[in-house]
Amino acid sequence: MDIYQEQILEHYKEPHHFGELANASYTRHEVNTSCGDDFTFFIHVTDAGIIDAVGFTGQGCAISTAAASLLADDINHKPLAAVLEYSSDVMLNLLGIPLVPTRLKCALLPLQAVTRITQPPL
Amino acid sequence: MNQADFPLLNTTHLAWLDNAATSQKPQAVLTAMTDFYSTTNANVHRGIYRLSEQATAAYEAVREQTRQLIGAASTTEIIFTSGATAGLNLLANALSSYVLKPDDVILLTPAEHHSNLVPWQLQAARYGAKLEFLPMRTDTTLDLATLANRLHDRVKLVALAHIANATGTVHDIQTIIQQARQRSIPVVIDAAQSVPHRSINVQQLDCDFLVWSGHKMCGPTGTGVVYGKQAWLEQLPPWQGGGNMIRTVFLDHATWNDLPYKFEAGTPNIAGVIGLGAAIKYLQTLGFDQIQASTETVYHYLLDQLATLDFVQVLGPTDRTQRSSIASFVVPGVHPHDVAQILDQHNVAVRAGHHCAQPLLRQLAIPATTRASVYFYNTTADIDQLVIGLKQVYSTFHGYLSRTNSGAL
Repeated sequence: MDIYQEQILEHYKEPHHFGELANASYTRHEVNTSCGDDFTFFIHVTDAGIIDAVGFTGQGCAISTAAASLLADDINHKPLAAVLEYSSDVMLNLLGIPLVPTRLKCALLPLQAVTRITQPPL
Repeated sequence: MNQADFPLLNTTHLAWLDNAATSQKPQAVLTAMTDFYSTTNANVHRGIYRLSEQATAAYEAVREQTRQLIGAASTTEIIFTSGATAGLNLLANALSSYVLKPDDVILLTPAEHHSNLVPWQLQAARYGAKLEFLPMRTDTTLDLATLANRLHDRVKLVALAHIANATGTVHDIQTIIQQARQRSIPVVIDAAQSVPHRSINVQQLDCDFLVWSGHKMCGPTGTGVVYGKQAWLEQLPPWQGGGNMIRTVFLDHATWNDLPYKFEAGTPNIAGVIGLGAAIKYLQTLGFDQIQASTETVYHYLLDQLATLDFVQVLGPTDRTQRSSIASFVVPGVHPHDVAQILDQHNVAVRAGHHCAQPLLRQLAIPATTRASVYFYNTTADIDQLVIGLKQVYSTFHGYLSRTNSGAL
């Protein structure tokens, strides 16, 4: 199965929710130093604890960029508490492609930013 | 040429273009190591029994082969290590403790492999010394116009690669060694990317130290060599303590063994060194002139082919006499990991990433590159396979190239 499917390439070309969020409740920057992938996630959370706006900036490979885009779509309008508990499987299901171990780091970098978003910055 | 000598290349359709990371191994090396374990295995420099004497003789014979390989004056100047990284750490530790005082300077280049940068950072912090760097042009060649000023009074050590692993840029080490010599500053040459490819003579070069790995020259992993001038090695303190490196041990102190054993603590990688000896013999039988010629034919074909692909940008100097065996490139708009993954689907093995040279890529403002590196056993068919893969990269990502938020450039 080719991992460079149309869905992945479309998200790479036109990532959803790409851009900074001015009034973000939380932001998180994560870097994969081995390849230079670099993403910052921004979310706004309502008083009821629901994510009602998502943004991300940065650069990366097709896999990590598509992962960021798919994840941003997914978490929008979800309770923050549930999103913070997301496992790797959630991300891999969203991507829906087989990945070799070295590419898992690419795929999971955006998830790392999101699940650590309420933690103090490094 | 000679792919038939390499079991891994012979049984796959792999275009192995990651030789700067490690080379494949000829059958002769595998056989030598198996034979050693099957017939001669014993610890060296220890036993009174014949088998140990045979193992010691075989191990020491490789030291003589290695001396001949680089034209060293004596086998006392040849130290076996586990690799270039271990060799550079040995020298960083031993040399720094001998020469560095607070505010002294270690002179490096911005293009060093992390293994020739981080060990010096550790020692600089330990002795209150500083690191300085030779200026580098945007084509990654060194600008030596101000070399005399760079080798100022506080500079006590110089260390640099002969050939930069991330780009294949050949440094003018002869000029740097000569000028450092006039000021009595010791020079450490990281020759990991040059000893496998060209004939090196340390007495002609007149470098104080030369370090390389066995595994990039058809030898097994876990082998490497430090060459040091005897006058230096005699003065330097040992780095690691243990068996074999001592002469006499008391409860509160010890005295050191003769060279080179002072720097070989513990049981060495005996079978690995035997394998390295077989690799040296294999390469010398082919001849380094032939090795260099075969490699250059394929390398120039690689550069020619990459030049025909207008979506590929090759880093490094355009003057081919300043390049060796490595082509590091970017496909603007496509991350090197995506390039390498599509190439892997075409059975082409290349390296993608920062090549253990993060400061260099930071200076070039590139997060990562794809690196193809050739050796004498590569063929133009391997390069054709790479080009087919790169054309697939283009067709997959066509329309996605040069996006503003892209991974490369």
